Amino acid sequence: MQTIIETGNKVAGLACKAARADVIAAYPITPQTTVVEQIADLVESGQLDAKYIRVESEHSAMAACIGAAVGGARTFTATSSHGLALMHEMLHWASASRLPIVMAVVNRAMGPSWNIWADFSDSLSQRDTGWIQFYCADNQEIFDTIIQAYKLCEDSRVFMPAMVCFEGFILSHTSMPVQIPEQKDVDDFLPKYNPPWLIDVDNPVTHGAIVYPEWYMEFRYFMYEALENARKLIPEIDREYGKKFGISHGGHIEEYRCEDADNIILSMGTISSEAKLAVDNLRKQGQKIGAARVRVFRPFPKDEIARIAKNAQMLTVIDRQISYGMEGPLHTETKATLYSRTDSPLVAGFIAGLGGRDVTVHDIETMTKKTYQYLQAGKVEQEVQWYGLRE
Amino acid sequence: MVRIKGVKSSMTTATTIKELPKEEYWFPGNASCAGCGAAIAIRLAQKALGQRTVFVVPACCTSVIQSAFPFSAFATPCLNIAFEAAAAAASGVVAAYEKRGVKDVTVMAWAGDGGTVDIGLQSLSGAAERGTNFIYVCYDNEAYGNTGFQRSGSSPFGSQTTTTPTGKREHKKNVPMIMAAHDIPYVATACISYPIDFVNKLRKAKTFTGTKYIQILTPCPPGWRYSTEKTVEMGRLAVQTGIWALYEIEQGKFRLNPPSAGLIDKSKRKPIEDYVKAQGRFGQLSPSDVAELKRWVDETWENYKRQQFNV
Repeated sequence: MQTIIETGNKVAGLACKAARADVIAAYPITPQTTVVEQIADLVESGQLDAKYIRVESEHSAMAACIGAAVGGARTFTATSSHGLALMHEMLHWASASRLPIVMAVVNRAMGPSWNIWADFSDSLSQRDTGWIQFYCADNQEIFDTIIQAYKLCEDSRVFMPAMVCFEGFILSHTSMPVQIPEQKDVDDFLPKYNPPWLIDVDNPVTHGAIVYPEWYMEFRYFMYEALENARKLIPEIDREYGKKFGISHGGHIEEYRCEDADNIILSMGTISSEAKLAVDNLRKQGQKIGAARVRVFRPFPKDEIARIAKNAQMLTVIDRQISYGMEGPLHTETKATLYSRTDSPLVAGFIAGLGGRDVTVHDIETMTKKTYQYLQAGKVEQEVQWYGLRE
Repeated sequence: MVRIKGVKSSMTTATTIKELPKEEYWFPGNASCAGCGAAIAIRLAQKALGQRTVFVVPACCTSVIQSAFPFSAFATPCLNIAFEAAAAAASGVVAAYEKRGVKDVTVMAWAGDGGTVDIGLQSLSGAAERGTNFIYVCYDNEAYGNTGFQRSGSSPFGSQTTTTPTGKREHKKNVPMIMAAHDIPYVATACISYPIDFVNKLRKAKTFTGTKYIQILTPCPPGWRYSTEKTVEMGRLAVQTGIWALYEIEQGKFRLNPPSAGLIDKSKRKPIEDYVKAQGRFGQLSPSDVAELKRWVDETWENYKRQQFNV
């Protein structure tokens, strides 16, 4: 185990190397660029024995990953924002082809207007593509999750692709200490990719042929089942990783001082780290508050949210994304999870931090002041609140 | 799954159709239309390249006529992929094979004209610029065939399609020359009516490392509107009138192939009218339209001439 101090993007590149990706196909976009630059360095210096396809678009990046994965290669790519949006069609193709492609998504807001800073509008717009979605809170987690994602995606009960998402600049360009395990230990944890279906002249199979309505639903059910299997495997793999490397991230949800909490701040990504500090401050002031970070958005951690919500009376949900015409996606999913439960706490949603706007400890404390008012009143007066809007 | 195992086909130059492998890699019972030119092209391509070939097929007639799950008309493996993605997906297969040390397999993208000259041109250009080691075949029926014959960039001037009901006002996009401008080792045109020429071009393509591009004209009875037994005749007329020419550009060197090589002299070419009058899609052509088509053919041949004689 070696401790380095590196940016999130560099760490993602090192995870790609540690996973021994065979083929990388990528196209540059801010703030992902240093991931693909790092991989180019690793490949050209001979540190990573891989084929690196410098494609002419993100659509082609994912198409090439699909071709490579069907060709028997462990594949990796990375993108952000508009790049991910351009890939959309191929995201469906990858998941419905049941290919264990792992992709780093360096979260960035969608334009217009041009904005290169963090929010989850890129990856959460891809919610229904069938991809497993992880959201990281620090650079260590980026490394660990990429390795874990390969293990999960290549499991015969899953065979689905995964996005490992982390916020642009906040993590991508910020250096932090990260422990990099020994290569032999990673190899031991993550054995060589053994594809079950290969495009192979000695076993000629047609991939992706027309499927009539009599069969289409069955194929989609298999995908549903695969993500249900992933739901079970995610905590197991995180635990196994923890046992081997001494680091784990809570499986589906990272909980912080939730045991006796009456109000729990629910969020994703780096806002959750600020939420922990807010919890510490508010606890000092006598509030029984906790924080929980949703680490996996698909499959959505229904049971875990239900469990932490059981003893709470209030959930303060912070979304770094807005679904126009509704609310923040985490807010929606949380309420859907709690629907029909008689013990459901009150749920209030805040939209914050879009386009890279800072969400500070103080901001989170202000949000909880509001939700404590709701709790006292016994009802949520304003279900969706845009936090910190200019007057 | 139907498999043909251990078939070894001759990879030498063929001179007669009798020298082509008897093995069929494209099975009967496929869903092509009667008289389908594309189906002829697939059958020939497979005979030319044999079993150790991977097809990468974007949305096009071939995605439909290969039959539906759980059946397949392909004896060779086939990866179906999205419309604009054939060349990129093929790049991925090539990279995986290179990494895994698979050496004796030909990767061939097999796309229609819409998937090549329009929506797929970017990924094709990218793959060619990267020198991806594969063969890209565009089978050209001059419109979006399987969606009901809408206009493509490859539809000829004056032709009726379902989105140009009064006839297309623009000429056919010259993609073989666009591909030649990528400085790839081999570019060729072909036509299903000249099967030996096509087979030999594929086999020659296979001998080059890098991107090889072949565009084959595949007449389409329902789209071009002629009766189904005339597909081969229609392709022959296209070549004899000079509206389509057979040539190859090998390492940058342009050469017209027979019978097109004998048609540089305009008087040797059959009148364009023989071709357009045989097809319903040109039914509404005015005399000035025919004149414009002739002007375009003549100009195109001036270009061929310049390249043939390097002037």
